[in-house]
Amino acid sequence: MSTNNLSYNDQGGSDSAVEVGQETTPTSSNAGAGFGLFSTNFKKNDDLKEMLESNKDSLKLDAMKRIIALIATGKNASELFPAVVKNVASKNIELKKLVYVYLVRYAEEQQDLALLSISTFQRALKDPNQLIRASALRVLSSIRVPIIVPIMMLAIKEAASDMSPYVRKTSAHAIQKLYSLDPDQKEHLIEVIDKLLKDKSTLVAGSVVMAFEEVCPDRIDLIHKNYRKLCNLLVDVEEWGQVVIITMLTRYARTQFTSPWKEDGLFDENSETAFYESDEKKTKNGDEKKSYMMDPDHRLLLRNTKPLLQSRNTAVVVSVAQLYWHLAPKHEVGVITKSLVRLLRSHREVQYVVLQNIATMSIQRKGMFEPYMKSFYVRSTDATHIKSLKLEILTSLANEANISTILREFQTYVKSQDKQFAAGTIQAIGRCATNISEVTDTCLQGLVLLLSNRDETVVAESVVVIKKLLQTQPTQHSDIIKHMAKLFDNIAVPMARASILWLMGEYCERVPQIAPDVLRKMAKSFTSEEDIVKLQTVNLAAKLYLTNSKQTKLLTQYILNLGKYDQNYDIRDRTRFIRQLIVPNEKSGALGKYARRILLAPKPAPVLESTYKDRDRYQLGTLSHTINTKASGYLELSDWPAVAPDQSVRNVEVIEPVMIHLYFYYPCPLITQSSSEAESDEEKSSSQSSEESDKSSSQSEKSSSESDSEQKKTTKKPPQKKTVKPTLRLNHTFFLVPVLLSVVPVSGYTVLSQSKCLSRSLFSLCILTPCPLSCAAALLQVSGPAFVPEKRHDLLHRMTGKGLSAQYQFPRQPCLYQPTMVSVQISLTNTTDHPLEQIHIGDRGPTGLDMHCFNTVECLLPEASVTVSLGVDFNDSTQAANFQLCTKEDQFSVSIQPAVGELFLPATMTEQDFRKEQGKLLGMNESSATITMAAENTTRQPISRQVATVANLGVVPSGQDNIHRFAGKTASSGAVVLVTVELRESSAALITINTEKSVMGPMLLRDLKRALTRA
Amino acid sequence: MINSLFLINPSGEMFLEKHWKSVVSRSVCDYFLEAKEKALEPEDVPPVIHTPHHYLISIYRDKLFFLSVIQTEVPPLFVIEFLHRVAEMIQDYFGECSETVVKDHMVMVYELLEEMLDNGFPLATESNVLKEMIRPPTILRSVVNTLTGTSNVGDTLLTGQLSTIPWRRAGVRYTNNEAYFDVVEEIDAILDQSGTTVFAEIQGVVEACVKLSGMPDLTLSFMNPRLLDDVSFHPCVRYKLWESERVLSFIPPDGNFTLMTYHVNAQNLVAIPVYVKQSISFFECGSDGRLDVTVGPKQTMGKTVEGVMVTVHLPKTILSINLTATQGSYTYDNGTKLLVWDIGKLNPQKLPNLRGSLSLQAGAPKPEENPSLNIDLKIQQLAISGLKVNRLDMFGEKYKPFKGVKYITKAGKFQVRT
Repeated sequence: MSTNNLSYNDQGGSDSAVEVGQETTPTSSNAGAGFGLFSTNFKKNDDLKEMLESNKDSLKLDAMKRIIALIATGKNASELFPAVVKNVASKNIELKKLVYVYLVRYAEEQQDLALLSISTFQRALKDPNQLIRASALRVLSSIRVPIIVPIMMLAIKEAASDMSPYVRKTSAHAIQKLYSLDPDQKEHLIEVIDKLLKDKSTLVAGSVVMAFEEVCPDRIDLIHKNYRKLCNLLVDVEEWGQVVIITMLTRYARTQFTSPWKEDGLFDENSETAFYESDEKKTKNGDEKKSYMMDPDHRLLLRNTKPLLQSRNTAVVVSVAQLYWHLAPKHEVGVITKSLVRLLRSHREVQYVVLQNIATMSIQRKGMFEPYMKSFYVRSTDATHIKSLKLEILTSLANEANISTILREFQTYVKSQDKQFAAGTIQAIGRCATNISEVTDTCLQGLVLLLSNRDETVVAESVVVIKKLLQTQPTQHSDIIKHMAKLFDNIAVPMARASILWLMGEYCERVPQIAPDVLRKMAKSFTSEEDIVKLQTVNLAAKLYLTNSKQTKLLTQYILNLGKYDQNYDIRDRTRFIRQLIVPNEKSGALGKYARRILLAPKPAPVLESTYKDRDRYQLGTLSHTINTKASGYLELSDWPAVAPDQSVRNVEVIEPVMIHLYFYYPCPLITQSSSEAESDEEKSSSQSSEESDKSSSQSEKSSSESDSEQKKTTKKPPQKKTVKPTLRLNHTFFLVPVLLSVVPVSGYTVLSQSKCLSRSLFSLCILTPCPLSCAAALLQVSGPAFVPEKRHDLLHRMTGKGLSAQYQFPRQPCLYQPTMVSVQISLTNTTDHPLEQIHIGDRGPTGLDMHCFNTVECLLPEASVTVSLGVDFNDSTQAANFQLCTKEDQFSVSIQPAVGELFLPATMTEQDFRKEQGKLLGMNESSATITMAAENTTRQPISRQVATVANLGVVPSGQDNIHRFAGKTASSGAVVLVTVELRESSAALITINTEKSVMGPMLLRDLKRALTRA
Repeated sequence: MINSLFLINPSGEMFLEKHWKSVVSRSVCDYFLEAKEKALEPEDVPPVIHTPHHYLISIYRDKLFFLSVIQTEVPPLFVIEFLHRVAEMIQDYFGECSETVVKDHMVMVYELLEEMLDNGFPLATESNVLKEMIRPPTILRSVVNTLTGTSNVGDTLLTGQLSTIPWRRAGVRYTNNEAYFDVVEEIDAILDQSGTTVFAEIQGVVEACVKLSGMPDLTLSFMNPRLLDDVSFHPCVRYKLWESERVLSFIPPDGNFTLMTYHVNAQNLVAIPVYVKQSISFFECGSDGRLDVTVGPKQTMGKTVEGVMVTVHLPKTILSINLTATQGSYTYDNGTKLLVWDIGKLNPQKLPNLRGSLSLQAGAPKPEENPSLNIDLKIQQLAISGLKVNRLDMFGEKYKPFKGVKYITKAGKFQVRT
């Protein structure tokens, strides 16, 4: 408090205001005095304190509004702090909000007083309403007072495990605030970040990655386990979070995957390779022809970011573009072109940044933007920096084929009223001329014409560019040099004059008549020239002295004398040096002999290249790239590792051994549908299961979308663990056991063999039938199907299959190969009279559905049939899985079209859980319809059967007779699907479906409607 | 990320500042003002400025500079995009984005800015969410507020931010349920002196005004979606369905929003609706010149071309002009040398013509290049690319909405070189 008083006294203030203050409370003396600061508002504002202390909320509100207006205009209102902070616990929400705003702004300056408010926030942190908790944390963490660091730390830790994702998001933001306040907390904060990174909410993802980037960007190891989850969540994260995540993943991918570029060089040799890879390098790659396989995780990232190119947010589009640029194989980068060109329609500032990025890209890959060349044509209304960037890009895009078009366009620009831009165009022409030798002469002619332009800047720029061009091929152009010498008198721009002088000197032997004459003119005007011209005059004089001393000796002496006494020391030095070098005298020593070689040495031609040449050392789309210097906090993009680090670090344990254990213990009848060898062993199960778990974990490595499986793990594991060995009671479960693992026959299992000709490698199918549900089902426990439809669908008719016929059906069991897959059984029958060999799955087609094929059926005897099983990850869509079924001789294209109901796995849950889940899935996630039920469908049994026929859902026990509930989850992403059938009067019924899969909901509804109304 | 924001008017006065982290002194803006002094036009101020301790990223919009102060590496577009969202938010709330409006609603703007960012990272930028938190002012409400002492801050706890569809506010109710879609296409073109097309393309945007109760799920399909080459969507559009079935399926935000923008396939030739016959010439001696411009309809698909306007930036050396227009009127600002000829509707029978003499400053050389003409035009009830909306279906709600589609073709950056 004392400090406050002091400062107020310093500031002085009106006496009357101080008096007003003293009448009220001791602290209030501050309030009045402070107004001296904004003396114009003095009269208006001295009532603020009184208003704040009144009992009326409306007065307080008015006062706060005026105070906020002061803050907004940058005026100081810190004197009112004590009066304001009292209102922090106000009931009026608007008032409270304004107080918060004030508090955050001034807490740092008034630390002691700010502490008064802390307890309010601490209380609010425990509020049952998530929004209140979140806003309390938000304000608390924004109060930059070091003394409350422990309180903040505690609050953040608690909020990080809050039920509400919104609160968790706020805690992610608070992490950054605390870190900037006290970097010593880093270690603790990293723990919280690690925890939040595991969060599966899309709300949290962006914010926590932001915190990660700020606090510990080097802790790449924290990302491994969450990599696949982040990739899969990306599309649903809010747009700002997407930018941050994509940038981070780009960096991550560069440290974890091997370069996809080397191999590429071999692929598209004919196209753009030449631009970015020398031929020499290519052959080297050819030698070490090592097949490059892109890491599936690498592919996952590319695949999941691609749709974001369609975002309306330009920052997202550019961040995806840079990701493709830095990570994708060269032949795939092309997909970003269109989107980048689209952004050129956006605001001027967006254009500026996008053009900069395109400029860098177009240097390395002309081919990418060449088809869109016309989009870079300059309009007279463009801003100057946009114009020059477009010019830059057009120059980079120029090649033999399009140069004539570009040059014609340039001709228009040269005439532009904006002379700066015209000068830029001339430079661009110069660059085109050096890059493309075919047009050098044309360009040179054009530039010479420009020498007679009326505008001085244009002429001067032309001279400079011509000078550079001539230097690259001086032999045939003495007439141009002569022409320029004639122009010399009319050109006043120093740079241009200097350029001409340099040219004269350099090629003085080609223009022996003119050069001495120019020197004579220069000797006359020497004293009035600019420094740069003087230097070149001295140069010219020296060179002429060496080649043609007879004519120029006296002139040179004269100029050197003038230079000797010049005001500029640089010129004096140069003159002195030249004199020693060229004029032989006793002191000149050994160097004089070499004067000719020094001054008239052949000089390498300047390289005219883009200013964007080296920009690619910065990651595209970054601030550093834009300003072409390393911005603080810029994180380098590392080079690809030569050898990929361990891929398995990204695996998330999906199928835990415990689960498999259980299935083996399960004492149920076993039915094999296809193999005579398929048995399981109860005794040996423990050893086998460990084997089994190895297998399944290796399979899980292959799986590309672990996130959902992980979800399953967390929901399922705990209750199961409890029920493992002691009780041996579990939900009815199905399980597929590979033959090789279960060769020992065991009694007690019924083995049905359908076919004897199976090879050992074939997977057999073992189904354990369900037993009654006995343990209290946890939420979303996957259960067995209530009903398995017998319906088989034709996959391949024997006529089209040349005797091979195939049918498929959905056995409705969880797929062994990968939890996200739907298992499909295919029965293959040979209707020919000769054995069919090597039946296997060939090309999968472009749809890109993940499939687990069955092992090749080596031989299928005539009239025999075999059932094989297949896993298909339909990705929660009813898109057909297309593939080819091959025999030794033939290939048949076939497709499996799943009904929407087959994409689910049944789940059991209590009615209570059902309601809770349903509550979360309202609004857009709900679809419903009222139908008239067929007469026989009005009781429980038929309804359950009908629903189960349509969809693989589990029955939820229901307390009411007229409401029937069914639950399941989608196979691929594990989203909950809830179906409610509510019977109303006169055989009307309301079907409600709740699922976040907004496409599947209506489809399922349609199918159910059809099934239930059908008689 | 974003440290501070300053709003600066063209004369360099900072009339609003907001800090999301520690306070940054406003003197940091001096670097920007310096750059602004150097630039001839406000548009020429570089968007990114590098100062010793900070980076300044600014946009110029609606005659205001939005200047943000950055301290560490951040994608510049991230900031630029956000600044534009701020401008759009002000526009959305108060009907226009200008200095007076911001000054009038200083507190509300400040509160909005507070909600939009947390610690410099965007928190709520969806207009539907913001409007739930802080209600936009209406005349009726301000009267009610003054009488009852209630306020504009939402007193219900909002849920928008918590849902999976943050762009739509909950509990929307309308008595008249209606959904309107405007298909607006702009022709970007450069024509050369002889009237040949140097470059032309069509950019389109579907603007929507949806006022539907509850949670409607809409599906919009086109007759000829193949025309669309490159598209970008509002986040509400389900991208997968577009990929597979070429329909726009979405749960719309409440109120006005841009549903999609598109670019028409480059293979299709662009119909140029007007032609321009022009001759601008300056005489070598006698500091004088002539201007003669005629505009006529070309490929208009039988519709009338309206709102035709020709804008010319005349050379700096022009002293005065003396023109007569057969239709419409022209204005000329001698300070900026800007000639605007407002023609209005094009009548094919009687083509509008503008002609007359230009006089140059005495002694000034003849201008090197003739100024280019910027054309503005509008055609109602026509999408020049031929794009047609097929149907709009609504799921999820029971009522029957009123639906409407409107087509407009405009000139975008339409330039005629002379």
